[in-house]
Amino acid sequence: MSGAPLLEVTDLVKHFPVKRGLLIDRTVDQVRAVDGVSLTVQAGETLGLVGESGSGKSTLGRAVLQLLEPTSGSVRFEGREIAGLSRRAMRPLRRELQMVFQDPYASLNPRKRIGQIVGEPLRLQGVAKGGELRREVQSLLERVGLSPEHYNRFPHEFSGGQRQRIGIARAIALRPKLIVADEPVSALDVSIRAQIVNLLADLQEELGLAYVFVAHDIGIVRHVSDRIAVMHEGKIVEEGPAERVCEQPHDAYTKQLLAAVPIPDPREARARREKLGIA
Amino acid sequence: MSAGPLLAVRDLRVGFATEGGRVQAVDGVSFELAPGEVLAIVGESGAGKSVTAQTIIGLTRSANARIEGSVRLGGTELIDAGDEELRKVRGERVGMIFQDPMTSFNPVYRIGAQIVEAIRAHGGGTSKADARERAIELLNSVGIPNAAQRVDAYPHEFSGGMRQRAMIAMALALEPEVLIADEPTTALDVTVQAQILALLASLNRERALATILITHDLGVVAEVADRVLVMYGGRVVEQGTLDEIFYDPQHPYTWGLLGSLTRIDRDRPERLPQISGAPPSLLDLPQGCSFRPRCPHEFGRCSELPGLEARLADAPSHLDRCWLTPEGKRERRLVEGEIGLEAPAQ
Repeated sequence: MSGAPLLEVTDLVKHFPVKRGLLIDRTVDQVRAVDGVSLTVQAGETLGLVGESGSGKSTLGRAVLQLLEPTSGSVRFEGREIAGLSRRAMRPLRRELQMVFQDPYASLNPRKRIGQIVGEPLRLQGVAKGGELRREVQSLLERVGLSPEHYNRFPHEFSGGQRQRIGIARAIALRPKLIVADEPVSALDVSIRAQIVNLLADLQEELGLAYVFVAHDIGIVRHVSDRIAVMHEGKIVEEGPAERVCEQPHDAYTKQLLAAVPIPDPREARARREKLGIA
Repeated sequence: MSAGPLLAVRDLRVGFATEGGRVQAVDGVSFELAPGEVLAIVGESGAGKSVTAQTIIGLTRSANARIEGSVRLGGTELIDAGDEELRKVRGERVGMIFQDPMTSFNPVYRIGAQIVEAIRAHGGGTSKADARERAIELLNSVGIPNAAQRVDAYPHEFSGGMRQRAMIAMALALEPEVLIADEPTTALDVTVQAQILALLASLNRERALATILITHDLGVVAEVADRVLVMYGGRVVEQGTLDEIFYDPQHPYTWGLLGSLTRIDRDRPERLPQISGAPPSLLDLPQGCSFRPRCPHEFGRCSELPGLEARLADAPSHLDRCWLTPEGKRERRLVEGEIGLEAPAQ
């Protein structure tokens, strides 16, 4: 795919101040959560962002969407600079940029009905109302594998996998071009993970979505991604086509990460332990 | 110790009275554990794996619980043991570690002080100084650097991996014969997980520690287990040796679990094979085989609950709950040449 990228992040920095003092906050240090990251995402592709806890991957995902204000650097979406835009200025762009969260229990308002939750972005953006809104929400529910009858239910009536489907329906409601999915399957039961991964793939094909798929599990990331960026201590230490990064990693940290992934095959696990001298 | 098993669980059943009705959280679980052996209990939320482990050491006892069956540790029956006796068993004979070490440590006391307390509470007459020496030794043995200094740290000053090591140290303080590890690496990064798994494996070898490992991660199972119990809806649906479960799985749920794994050592499939539907509610288990509503191989007989039996002539300890014939299973479990669960016919 050629042409200008959908998303272009250049030298993005997000530092959090460490403050001390009772009456007067003095900034004594900076946590360099994102420390000069550049990356691009093309329309319709999936960039996997993999790293361990504290690597800065979630902060990066949020800073890209301007849910956190970057300290410095540039985020261009369809060629337009969005870093530092006010909430109001970002509002029209929220149609294009959406997020799916890790914890499907915490990211849905327990007091609202599913129809309200999924329909809220449509209502706020003035896309639809009344009967039209209802029909649109019901068709979204169907599209993510739920039933239109779920419209009047509350989040607690759903399993973790179904809640994640609700979160996905909300994210695609405005037909965004880019979704940042932050650990979208890591809180789910194993038999449900594959369902959600496959749903995200189907939606990508149907709607031409691009994903930034943030996760700690390089196995899942490799499965879903066209390209993978490996993040460590606020920096991207390696980036490339998914297969290449997993099969011929260049960076020492990437190698370490890959070597630590358990192989669900007892014979190969034994062979690897023997090779590493820990049989 | 005689040749008999260290721990023998027989037909364990745990039921709870809840607002929504009675649930049978554990329904007839049996297994044996020998010194130095690692038994993995695999399953999803609600499968009954944690309740099984907690019941072994009496942690599920309550007015709302009905516990039946037998748990013998050495020669001692634990199911009807007194609270005082159970308290001694916990810690002294059976250690336990959990997913979140923060729940085992009191955040306002130093790590060392908590280990010292555990030693002195059980150890009858160990002096404070000796117990502290022992705590440092233990922290050192689980790979905590500068243990002599770190012993005075508070739990929040440790990283997740260090905290998990400290919890293992505390669980080992009284030299238990059995260790119950409930999702011990689920909250950890993979590089730390690999270190903790290596630590657990060395404890098994060096101390002949028998381990019950509860996990949903078959990758972790493949790295450390000797035998595996696969649970679904409160029942064991398959049990066997590590190799039997991975290379000759007999139950469609096991096929589905194995098939849906992402493997970095294999080519990626176009789509990830999935198990359709969701795990059942214990309040509303299907009649017969609990996996029936999600199983593409369901047939008439499945409305009758299959027993957990050896169905293979050459593997008497490989048990499963599925009515399909062994030949039928070997044929049906292959999806594009790999073990998996085929997509249900629409």
